[in-house]
Amino acid sequence: MKLPVKMTINGQSYSHEVEPRLLLVHYIRETVGLTGTHVGCDTSQCGACTILMDGQAVKACNFFAVQVDGANIMTIEGLAKDGELHPIQQGFWEKHGLQCGFCTPGMIMSVYQMLERYPKPSEELIRHQLEGNLCRCTGYHNIVKAIEWAAEHMPAKK
Amino acid sequence: MATVAADRLFGKSIKRREDPRFITGRGQYVDDLKLLGMTYAAFVRSPHAHARIRKIDISAATRHPGVVAVFTGKDMTGVNSLPCGWDLRKEKKVPGVMQDLAIVPHMPLTSDAARHVGDPVAVVIADSHEAAVDAAEKVQVDWEPLPAVTITDKAAAPGAPKLHDGAPGNVAFKWEIGDRAATDAAFKGAAVTVKKRIVNQRLVANAMEPRACVARYEDATGDLTLWVTSQNPHVHRLLMCAFVLGIPEHKVRVIAPDVGGGFGSKIFLYNEEVVCSWISRRLKRPVRWTASRREAYLTDAHGRDHVTDAEIALTRDGKILGLRVKTTANLGAYLSTFAPAVPTFLYGTLLNGVYAIPAIHCEVTGVFSNTTAVDAYRGAGRPEACYVLERIVEAGARAAGMDVADLRKKNFIPKFSGAFQTQVAVVYDSGDYGAAWDRMLQMLDYRKFRAEQEAARKQGRLLGIGFSAYIEACSIAPSKLVGALGAGAGLYESGKVRVHPTGMVTVFTGSHSHGQGHETTFAQIVADKLGIPIEQVDIVHGDTGSVAFGMGTYGSRSASVGGTAILMSLNKVIEKGKKIAAHLLEASPGDIDFSGGEFRVKGAPGKSVPFGAVSLTAYVPHNYPEGLEPGLEETSFYDPSNFCFPFGAHACVVEVDRDTGNIKILRYLAVDDVGNVINPMIVDGMVHGGIAQGVGQALWEGAVYDGQSGQLVTGSLMDYALPKADMLPMYETDRTVTPTPVNPMGIKGAGETGTIAATPAVVNAVVDALAPLGVDHIEAMPLTAERVWKIIQGAKSAR
Repeated sequence: MKLPVKMTINGQSYSHEVEPRLLLVHYIRETVGLTGTHVGCDTSQCGACTILMDGQAVKACNFFAVQVDGANIMTIEGLAKDGELHPIQQGFWEKHGLQCGFCTPGMIMSVYQMLERYPKPSEELIRHQLEGNLCRCTGYHNIVKAIEWAAEHMPAKK
Repeated sequence: MATVAADRLFGKSIKRREDPRFITGRGQYVDDLKLLGMTYAAFVRSPHAHARIRKIDISAATRHPGVVAVFTGKDMTGVNSLPCGWDLRKEKKVPGVMQDLAIVPHMPLTSDAARHVGDPVAVVIADSHEAAVDAAEKVQVDWEPLPAVTITDKAAAPGAPKLHDGAPGNVAFKWEIGDRAATDAAFKGAAVTVKKRIVNQRLVANAMEPRACVARYEDATGDLTLWVTSQNPHVHRLLMCAFVLGIPEHKVRVIAPDVGGGFGSKIFLYNEEVVCSWISRRLKRPVRWTASRREAYLTDAHGRDHVTDAEIALTRDGKILGLRVKTTANLGAYLSTFAPAVPTFLYGTLLNGVYAIPAIHCEVTGVFSNTTAVDAYRGAGRPEACYVLERIVEAGARAAGMDVADLRKKNFIPKFSGAFQTQVAVVYDSGDYGAAWDRMLQMLDYRKFRAEQEAARKQGRLLGIGFSAYIEACSIAPSKLVGALGAGAGLYESGKVRVHPTGMVTVFTGSHSHGQGHETTFAQIVADKLGIPIEQVDIVHGDTGSVAFGMGTYGSRSASVGGTAILMSLNKVIEKGKKIAAHLLEASPGDIDFSGGEFRVKGAPGKSVPFGAVSLTAYVPHNYPEGLEPGLEETSFYDPSNFCFPFGAHACVVEVDRDTGNIKILRYLAVDDVGNVINPMIVDGMVHGGIAQGVGQALWEGAVYDGQSGQLVTGSLMDYALPKADMLPMYETDRTVTPTPVNPMGIKGAGETGTIAATPAVVNAVVDALAPLGVDHIEAMPLTAERVWKIIQGAKSAR
């Protein structure tokens, strides 16, 4: 049995018939074909699949695709506008906040929400807020630096 | 046309050129690949640690909608065992062998018995991943469960359940290094001796990208392409073609695209990639498999798992006289690709550390157990050696009543360059151990810390400091030497430089980046040498279809071995360019200099021709030297003459909560000496990540098997404690620079320093913190709050 599902991803509408058990992350990767969102675990620990759903950072492995019918989603592919990197992306680049790059899309999407909530986070707050995202390469040092850089370079809120 | 670069890039922290694709979600990892007609594999794995297979019934699975085929080991006729690439046998004249390596079969799908939880016995191929997984549950295996053994120091005990007919008593090998008689003599006369049991627990690498492969066989041409999460695609191809599947190597292309971390675990040839390749040939359809994290825990080669009894002998005033080490190394159920090398030649040869130790003897017994195979994990043998040495040295200092820093300094090998012969075979290249050590103490303000500690102790606070003065062997490795030690492969590297007619450059390297940043660092070397902007240089890696050959990336060898191969090719390009330039400038090639992207006639200002013009001439050879081949492309293979030996000094300051046993890292300091550095930002990043993994082992990580059932208790990210951001501090790092004389760029290697150094520094710090309670040793890691709390309670009740 397949069910219809519709959603907006990075400003584009998609509608498909999918199995009810299809996870949102697999819908995004396999059905829609946006492979920037990654799968690093099967217990929702790693955070590599973090996306923004209706403005909230969520782990895309924690939802069935059919469960989020009508949602407005942004993935890593939707963050840079007109070829211009978002300050968070730029921060990860400037401060060497990534090595293998696998956790990076989820990290960046998670940080997007962090900086909306806490525009000038302390080191301690940053580390606490990264609770749901694992990185095995960087030891987090330069991820913290990258987020601090991004916080400094975010455009002022209108 | 090529233009001229302004600055020298070697030594500069330029931003990584690979990052734009990663930060925008456009990296290309294996699991991102989707091919027309693709099928999906799901493996049926043993739920038992040890069980005989009576029968496998695939009929229900075969009937499942969407299933294309189901295979068991019995279907895979003509397929051989996965090979072990390191042969520890007396007949091979491998030094130190006391008992020959038991070379036991490791079939891609086992058909007689399962020997660890997760051992694959069948595979379902279906049109969708979901159908494959569903049908795999319908494969009925009639198991006869057998007793299992998982615990390292019980695996070879009398009466332990036997894993392999070819390995009586579950002993895989016995091996020794050093001088037994001299060591015995050193201990006999020693004023101070200490013996401690030191356990280096089993770890799981946990690269964030799980292993994956896509195999595509093209029937029309007979070509097989395998995309695989590999640190060394050529090694994968060679082992798969020559040893397991017996298919022609030139008809197989292995591609390791963007790979999400490796840490050793993606070096080895695994069951799944062999099975998928075999099936794609059989079904003539593409097959994709991606490990779930649970599968990764059960099947990625694990690391470490040593139980060691270590003894140190000293004079009354703290001069080290001898070191005696006896280690049992758990190899798991099968021999992984390089498993026997890790606890032998990558371990025993590093036990000399940075100290002048007159006598050393080390004996290692490798054992089989009903656990996942163990092989190289970041550092591979060297962290185990450093851990033993740095723990026993501090125990020795305490026994001699000396300060742990003073004792180390007293025993350092004095500064040298060129050669230091250790007591354990290897010859160090260059070292100034005291310099790194002094710099670290200065950053720390050691005496001030001790005063603060004294004050804190008076308030009942448990403050501690731990050190680690480490050495490691990098730049792996001279082929002739490793061949004599049992390696089945050479360990050179290739580098090809292709100069295009417009002067743009593509470099093909046998090294593989899975986070190391080669597209940046190698391009820095090329841009400098040719005097062209870095934007005009591309680095290609990870594809046997375009790279000549390659041994891959591990053992901190990419910059030192792979980079040198590229440098050699650059020199050849310049030499040929001089001939072309000489012809164009009507001079003799001996009179041509090359610098800043220009070929110049010596002593004739104004007489020059740019690199781009020479490149164009090489491909449009109208006005060209007689007898010179057109084209500008050179290939080199570099085989190092020795290992390189980076070193350094790390320190960790901790506070232990005496009520909860919780540990807080207050400071972590690292002074590393990795020789010359191409890109400091990238090296610092490597050091950070290595420290995190080393601290992880000390405090949280550990693969735990249930001793009765043989189940992997820590089989998910919910159970295996991978360090998170809020568990770690900012790291204070610095470097000293002692270039190696081994390679022309003076690079030693930087990939594993942190993992090697951090673990003993942290544990030593906790022992120091607990000293006021009478604790003088901690045997096992990780130092979870529970374990530390128990140690505190034990120490209290002993008083």
